[in-house]
Amino acid sequence: MNPGPSVETARISTIAQVRIVTKYAFLNYFRSRRFYVMLTIVLLMSGLLTFAAGYYRPAFFGFGVPTTGNPSLPFYTAWWGNFVLLVTLLSVAFFGGDAISGEFQNKTGYFLVPNPIRRSAVYAGKWFAALIAATTMLAIFALIALGNGVYFFGTSVPYEFAESVLFAWFDLVAVLAFAFMFSSLFKSSAISVLMIVIMLLFVFNIVDTILTAVAGIEPWFSIVYAGSIIPSVLTVPYPTTFTAGQGPFRQTVFVPTIPEGLAILAAYFVVTALVGLYLFEKKEFT
Amino acid sequence: MPPSMEAAGLTKRYGSFTALSDLNLKLEGTKCVGFLGPNGAGKTTTMKMFTGLISPTGGKAMINGVEIREDKKKALGSCASLIETPEIYPALTAREALMMLAELRGVPKGERLKRIDEALGRVKMQEWEDKKVGSFSKGMKQRVNVASTLLTDPQVIILDEPSTGLDPRGMSEVRDIVKSLGNRLVFMSSHLLSEVTDVCHEVAMIDHGKLLVYDTISNVTAKFSDGGGMVEVGFSREVDDEPAGRIRKMEGVLEVRKSNGRHLIVKFAGGLEAQENLFEQVAGLGKGIVSFKETSSGLEEAYLKLIKETV
Repeated sequence: MNPGPSVETARISTIAQVRIVTKYAFLNYFRSRRFYVMLTIVLLMSGLLTFAAGYYRPAFFGFGVPTTGNPSLPFYTAWWGNFVLLVTLLSVAFFGGDAISGEFQNKTGYFLVPNPIRRSAVYAGKWFAALIAATTMLAIFALIALGNGVYFFGTSVPYEFAESVLFAWFDLVAVLAFAFMFSSLFKSSAISVLMIVIMLLFVFNIVDTILTAVAGIEPWFSIVYAGSIIPSVLTVPYPTTFTAGQGPFRQTVFVPTIPEGLAILAAYFVVTALVGLYLFEKKEFT
Repeated sequence: MPPSMEAAGLTKRYGSFTALSDLNLKLEGTKCVGFLGPNGAGKTTTMKMFTGLISPTGGKAMINGVEIREDKKKALGSCASLIETPEIYPALTAREALMMLAELRGVPKGERLKRIDEALGRVKMQEWEDKKVGSFSKGMKQRVNVASTLLTDPQVIILDEPSTGLDPRGMSEVRDIVKSLGNRLVFMSSHLLSEVTDVCHEVAMIDHGKLLVYDTISNVTAKFSDGGGMVEVGFSREVDDEPAGRIRKMEGVLEVRKSNGRHLIVKFAGGLEAQENLFEQVAGLGKGIVSFKETSSGLEEAYLKLIKETV
């Protein structure tokens, strides 16, 4: 060792520290069992869809269904539009669910936090690492969908699919920020993961349905509602809010426009990122 | 400027429970200060406030004059710490985990590997540097944690029971490492009084969140253990009654007893000066004396006198 104390280490910028935490947190994800479990799930889902499309060629995937627009659109709607939100949910639960709560429960925070680094840099670094891991899953799912679409319907890939992939990524960014906020609320990994899954899978859907059906209120506050632009953009023309049924059964089905959906996702990202950061800054390692 | 740590009115409350009450403690200079107290006394709470793991309810925690809440990056820039038994991202290797810290702490790129190798070498973990931390035992992880405090040659080192989870050899090695950390201010909590006696120059004791005493070990021992210090004198061979009788007659000696065949425990009145006199007299005996060291017994007596009961 050096003979005496030296404090000649550079005072490194917070942005550089975010990059460093991202690098090592992603390395930790990349080598973890959960990364390969999630990868297996994505490959399994894609494999089943490929088998179903290739072997049965059902109308569900647009085989033999006459369309006015790009004939491959129903295929991408069925494959991508129906399942991408599940991939997002699982990726977020796997990589973001306990990202912050785990720092407390597993005590990894005791290794990182008592260093000359802001907690916000740890939070942001871990968020970016989770985003890269989750984006990898989304990209694999999208590429397999694209591969199948090209194989079955040719290279004329509808631009709506590209839009939908982009919106799915925006959705992932917002949902991951939301998950990190929940992860900051709890010190138990299991509880934070469970809460996120329950919220995204059940609570938002139930509240959206009840408010829409009973009170006729557009669920503009719901991240799940905003995420519906991902399959909607694959429908030509883009669907609009409509009212169906008669008398007491008359019901309005709300569909967010693309700007509305993106605005809700952006609001979720900003608000939950700020709240999550605040919670992590204040949370004590007791 | 000498390294320093200062708690000024440092207080931590959890609802109606006061974990630390108005702690005023200033440590300055290059030395090792032992931090003692029973379970729940507030030792770890204090150390966590010095490292930004928890926030004080009142008062200030400063390192080298910089308040941790005001500028954590600056305050901890010259401080390394080991609080409780941290876990490391399990899929990283020991080298990667330390590289992450080296990068975060701004160790120059060209020096990182050298420093990591040296730090891992000091804790005898070089062989394991490319193995994933997830496969390590608790003791091995703690060795890596100790290595993490050596990466940047910090001026201030905060160690919260650093030998926790280590086997006897590991504990001894950690003690040797701490002893070798000259030119630094080391603030170390421990339940092992022998460890503190062996490694530290000064001791601070707290109980129920309040500082009871802060002084040199000799002074604390002198003040609170029936007014005397205690040393162990080691002989190269079986010791008979004759040297014990002669030591008993020396100035300031209160009591002499055999601890085993080759050691005598000598209790004496006074502080460092009295100990120095006693050392000179004992050294002049010429009876095959091979060691003369403070024992934890005196500190233990002082500890038990100051701290009546544990929580």
